Amino acid sequence: MKRPATRTKAQSRSPGLRAHAGSGQAGRSATLPSEGDSQVGVRKETFLLRPAQRDDMAAVTALDKRITGLAKPAHWLELYERQRKASQPAGIFLVAIEENAAHRLLGFIIGEIRAWEFGSAPCGWVYALSVEPDSRLLGVGEALLESIAGEFRKAGVGKMRTMVTRDNLLPMLFFRGEGMMAGPYIQLEKDLR
Amino acid sequence: MKLQIASRLGIFAVLELTKQPDRQMTVAEIATKYGVSTHHLAKVMHVLGRAGLVRSVRGAGGGYQFCGNARRMTLLDIIELFEALGPQGSDANEPGRGTGEAGALDIVLGEIDDTVRSTFGSITIATMQRLVERGRAPPVATGHPRS
Repeated sequence: MKRPATRTKAQSRSPGLRAHAGSGQAGRSATLPSEGDSQVGVRKETFLLRPAQRDDMAAVTALDKRITGLAKPAHWLELYERQRKASQPAGIFLVAIEENAAHRLLGFIIGEIRAWEFGSAPCGWVYALSVEPDSRLLGVGEALLESIAGEFRKAGVGKMRTMVTRDNLLPMLFFRGEGMMAGPYIQLEKDLR
Repeated sequence: MKLQIASRLGIFAVLELTKQPDRQMTVAEIATKYGVSTHHLAKVMHVLGRAGLVRSVRGAGGGYQFCGNARRMTLLDIIELFEALGPQGSDANEPGRGTGEAGALDIVLGEIDDTVRSTFGSITIATMQRLVERGRAPPVATGHPRS
């Protein structure tokens, strides 16, 4: 099944006004206002959501490195190949691309439908979601999350999950803001010495 | 998990004021809704005001107005004005202090503290408003016909 690209137009305005992804969720913002959110005026940005292509992996690696400090080109390429080979929509890898001459990558999201892991009924897992730091008030993250949620829904899945480290406040605030709450599982771990 | 009454009232007051940001609300209006004394709520509003979360507007039609950012302010920001969450620091007089058993208990309590702080610290007032709205929304039809 081939997924068509979708266009979204986002607006980021001064405080008191809303940023929205124009994806049928007017008034919902995917990103947090920052200290620099006080300029008056309207910033317009149009971006395109589409399935990732092999050529996007260099930009995905670079964006992830800017955020995490680690370059993992083999990891992203492997994830891309895995989702490409998976029977759709089991694996989903979407990118948000700036709709101008530069076609800059603004963000990406990767998810997968997994069934009966840890006894769980089929659910959609969001493994990774990254947004270019200078594009975090444009609704890119929200649009990507809504898009992948739509794919999960279409596949008949009624639950979406992700995992966030407790002290990583920005993604935690974002996912909470999108209505995600703590689920019934507790992640346990142990040091192996 | 139980919050002190002042913390609960602080959260409720901020939620009320952010529902209609352009309108001022009196202490009496908020107190009536939550069934508390105006005297108790006035003290809470004073603390919120001192922290810069709300401001009082004098005169006819006056009252309190929210003056923070609902998408930045978290429940933790409000709660910590009224009570301390998490580790209270080691108290040398606590029974068993210095034993391996007390150390093990501290690890367990630390895990609970981390979860509590992380939860309150990641839920903004705007997120809370959505939770309130979701609670009010009629249940979504499941599509299963009645037999």
